[in-house]
Amino acid sequence: MKQPSVLKKILIRLKPYAPWLVLTMAAAILSVAGQIMVSYFVGKAIDCLVYSVNEAGKRVIDFGPIYRQFLFIGVCIAAAVIGQFALSLANNRVAYHVLASLRRDAFKKISSLPLSYIDTRAYGDVSSVILSDAEQFSDGLLLGFTQLFTGFATIIGVLIVMFVMRWEVALVVLFVTPLSLVAAKFIASRTYKMFRAQAEARAEQTAFADEMIAGLKVVKAYTHEDENEEAFGVLNENLRKKSLSAIFLSSTTNPVTRFVNSVVYALVALVGALLAIATAGTAAPFTAGDLTTFLSYSNQYTKPFNEISEVIAEFQNALACAARLFALIEEPEEPSDEGLPALGDVKGEVRAEHVDFSYSEERPLIRDMNIDVPAGSRIAIVGPTGCGKTTLINLLMRFYDVDGGAIFVDGQDIRTVTRRSLRENYGMVLQETWLKTATVRENLCMGNPSCSEQDMINAAIAAHAHGFILRLPEGYDTVLGEEGTLSEGQKQLLCIARVMLCRPPMLILDEATSNIDTRTELLVQDAFRKLMEGRTSFIVAHRLSTIKNADLILVMRAGNIVEHGTHEQLLSQGGFYRELYEAQFEG
Amino acid sequence: MKRTALSQSAAKERTLKYLWKCLSSYKKEAILSPLFKLFEACMELVVPLVVAHIVDVGIATGDRMYIVHGMLLLVAFGAAGLAFALTAQYFAAKAAVGTSASVRGMLFTKLQSLSYEDIDLVGTSQMITLMTSDVNQVQAGVNHTLRLLLRSPIIVFGAAAMAFTVDVYAGIIFLVLIPLLAAVIVGVMAATAPLYKKVQEKLDGVNLSVRENLQGVRVIRAFCREEGELALFDGRNDDLCAAQKRAGRISAVTNPVTFCLVNLAVILLVFVGGVRVSMGSLAQGDVIALYLYITIILTELIKLANFIYIVAKAVSSARRIGDVLALPAEPDSYLPAEEGHGDRAVEFEDVTFTYRGGGAPALSDIAFSVGRGETVGILGGTGSGKSTLVSLIPRFYRAGSGSVKVGGVDVGAIPKETLRNIVAVVPQKTLIFQGTIRSNLLWGNGTATEEDLLWAVGVAQAEDVVAAKGGLDGEIAQEGKNLSGGQRQRLAIARALVRRPEVLILDDSFSALDYATDARLRAALRSVGCTTFIVSQRTASVRSADKIVVLDEGRIAGIGTHGELLKTCGLYREIDASQGGGEA
Repeated sequence: MKQPSVLKKILIRLKPYAPWLVLTMAAAILSVAGQIMVSYFVGKAIDCLVYSVNEAGKRVIDFGPIYRQFLFIGVCIAAAVIGQFALSLANNRVAYHVLASLRRDAFKKISSLPLSYIDTRAYGDVSSVILSDAEQFSDGLLLGFTQLFTGFATIIGVLIVMFVMRWEVALVVLFVTPLSLVAAKFIASRTYKMFRAQAEARAEQTAFADEMIAGLKVVKAYTHEDENEEAFGVLNENLRKKSLSAIFLSSTTNPVTRFVNSVVYALVALVGALLAIATAGTAAPFTAGDLTTFLSYSNQYTKPFNEISEVIAEFQNALACAARLFALIEEPEEPSDEGLPALGDVKGEVRAEHVDFSYSEERPLIRDMNIDVPAGSRIAIVGPTGCGKTTLINLLMRFYDVDGGAIFVDGQDIRTVTRRSLRENYGMVLQETWLKTATVRENLCMGNPSCSEQDMINAAIAAHAHGFILRLPEGYDTVLGEEGTLSEGQKQLLCIARVMLCRPPMLILDEATSNIDTRTELLVQDAFRKLMEGRTSFIVAHRLSTIKNADLILVMRAGNIVEHGTHEQLLSQGGFYRELYEAQFEG
Repeated sequence: MKRTALSQSAAKERTLKYLWKCLSSYKKEAILSPLFKLFEACMELVVPLVVAHIVDVGIATGDRMYIVHGMLLLVAFGAAGLAFALTAQYFAAKAAVGTSASVRGMLFTKLQSLSYEDIDLVGTSQMITLMTSDVNQVQAGVNHTLRLLLRSPIIVFGAAAMAFTVDVYAGIIFLVLIPLLAAVIVGVMAATAPLYKKVQEKLDGVNLSVRENLQGVRVIRAFCREEGELALFDGRNDDLCAAQKRAGRISAVTNPVTFCLVNLAVILLVFVGGVRVSMGSLAQGDVIALYLYITIILTELIKLANFIYIVAKAVSSARRIGDVLALPAEPDSYLPAEEGHGDRAVEFEDVTFTYRGGGAPALSDIAFSVGRGETVGILGGTGSGKSTLVSLIPRFYRAGSGSVKVGGVDVGAIPKETLRNIVAVVPQKTLIFQGTIRSNLLWGNGTATEEDLLWAVGVAQAEDVVAAKGGLDGEIAQEGKNLSGGQRQRLAIARALVRRPEVLILDDSFSALDYATDARLRAALRSVGCTTFIVSQRTASVRSADKIVVLDEGRIAGIGTHGELLKTCGLYREIDASQGGGEA
């Protein structure tokens, strides 16, 4: 986490907003100048509150000069108000636009990250970078930048005015105030460790709660509530202790700096009052009004010092968030396929030559795999759990790239064409059904947004989904919820209809029918049979009955294809396939 | 929709009571903290008076000692203020942190005690938000309330009161100014509240996009929908940005307007001060003191606005938590205890069940009984009610009418812990938790021995899983991510077996297993001898059962052995044929 480089990246991001940033600074200066001068003119007005006695023996005050000061004060108020308002607007604009663009870049990244990145991380981790880190970064930027800059401007401005007015008193303010910084820094350096301890305790507790809440039904089924409560109690008490130290210590900063301020205030009163007595009657007296101005300046001057620790903490947090955000945005992408030709006019001949692949280096999975699939044939992949069937699909679709060897479609190495064109030629129904939170129609037309209404309905009918879709509250326009009202089986039927609409030259069906009851499945099989006609199809299924008609069966075991052939051939071979097949009827 | 159902089910006026209960363990802190803040405020309020005396007495008479004394007094007040403030901060932090810890503990306990119906109602993602960000908001709210609740009004009204003691006419200016400032702050908040709600809604849309694109990454890539999804996200993202800017624009009004009002009041004050000085009823130093009081009010109001914002957020979080805490815990039992009789392990007597909010019953007129040690197959299509039926046995859901009995006793009369010790379920969605294989298996029975565990692993055909992870102490990642679906299923079965249950329910627990493993597992289970329910869509998995219950749309379509059903049940024949059974 090199902060300078993060800072530089932030600056690059801010570059397009340079005019707005300039406006922000101009507005800040205007607002600060207005505020400083209001105090100055109030002091001058107070100096005019000295009465004289007229001929009639009555006390009078000459309101003429007072009105003049009022005019000046009015102008300064207007300047400060305009400045403040412009500052907020310009700053909001920059912060929210930068936030939106960061969020967009991070989101866009999802689609170009290698799947291994996503598969190996919890969704929550990635989404919290895109959502909450981005938000906190922009908050830090918003708060940090405005406060830092206005604070700076205030310090400079007040110093100048004070030194012009009376350098003796200004020196007191200049030298004593930084004490509050020292105090704040002293506290902050101690707080940091405690905040880290708090964050760790919180992370530990959240991880536990997340997992147990996600598995609440299992927890109850195994009456594990008491054990959980005990474990949670320990984590909770630990967090309470850590939080107490962190929160109390950090909340001492304000009172301590406030005390330093009151010392400054008292010293200004002392020096100012003594000076007023000493200079009374001279050509340049230090008046009561001047003292008032200085007292209010000492408040204005110390305020940025008080806030600085808070601002810096916020800023550091923002930088940490930015670092995580940039790390995601700069994560190496899948090798670019820009400039590669599209895979055009596919017949569907698929070949794998000497393919090696593993998810992690320690555990090789697929070794020297060779497959030769003529166009239009139906390939069944069978084998025990964990033998690499799903992996094969990952490789065919190029969700993962092979470590060694190559896969060819129509004789072309799939790494030499665009991923998009490769995937467009595959239709896929996965083990886990995934539907968008959108209407049934949008979900069905996902792969083919331009299809006609009739095409869509035909596909739904073929997948036996039309009936239950019509029974949904708004038919094809029903919005599917996240957890939804559909059963797993119904979702799977929708996924099948979705593929039917694409009519790609190659199909991948991974456990496509595992959640549908067998009667419906029979009908779906029929629809699939029609769909598969003339298309190269890879089917992963545990049900041997569904693959008996395959042109080629690949029997996988521990990452390798151990047997291949038709159902009859394999049965007569009397090998592993036969063992698998017979197991079905053993019971 | 979930949210409204939830808030309606909870009584409104009760929802914040729990907070008092949690806070009441910190009564001392909760009283002392504001009290010390009040002392601190008094220290601050004296300062302008001291300054006025320095000007009117010290400077006017040239008394240097008087000035030095005034200065020392100011420092002394500052030091006293510091001491009071530190004490107050400590008590506030202690009360806030302690309260939030109790709220968190209470919430966790409550979530664990909810019935399955209420778990469905609240939903996992909301539970996690409640436990984390909502509780944190409450903590910040309590902390700030204790610190500022008394301080801010005391400072604001104290400053006004002090102004009255200085001069009545000047005091009237304060009386007008304070409501005006309050109106601005309240007005801006009222105007921005709906806008911030909009922002939240737009944010939900962006969240949805991100979550969907992570979870559906394979499908989106397979259908080459990356650009479409990005366009959709862009729309939502831009909406969010626009909503944020709109809300920000209105909030931006607060500071300039309060600044303007306060300084106009200063002009008025100087004018009135001038008139009063000329009448001889005010000294110059008094006007300075009044000016300083106005400045104090301005500073305090800025703090107050921020405070109200934090408290408003905390209150809405606290209400959300309260809604959940108001849900009833699942009762230990529904019916008075009764003695068990009969040799039937499980009986269903005319059971009908409807899910909350569901229109049609999920189960109707279910009646059958199972003898001890028997194996029962529950067969049926998607949505036919198989899982619902078995979840009534451990009383995850309560039968609407009719009765479910275990060992001759209505499950409503068996304390839930006892019941769930007798009945072990392997759910359809297998969940394995972070830890080791051993720690997961011990869920079944905390006192199980090494042999017990190895025996369960053996029956569940999970020896290879244990071997692959390097023994029983092999690490399991969160949610069992480092296991395949089939490995998880077998460990989940082993976990149930460790319990040595009288009734074992396997809810479609073989779906990720290949046929060979499936068959070996079933054979091994038969040797265990407990009453076993096997829920499945495949006839092969239930073929050898002593009894098969065929379900169709929540009703029993047939009961019998494989052979009997082939003769008597058309639906069973059809299902069996569709799975290639006829050819075997």
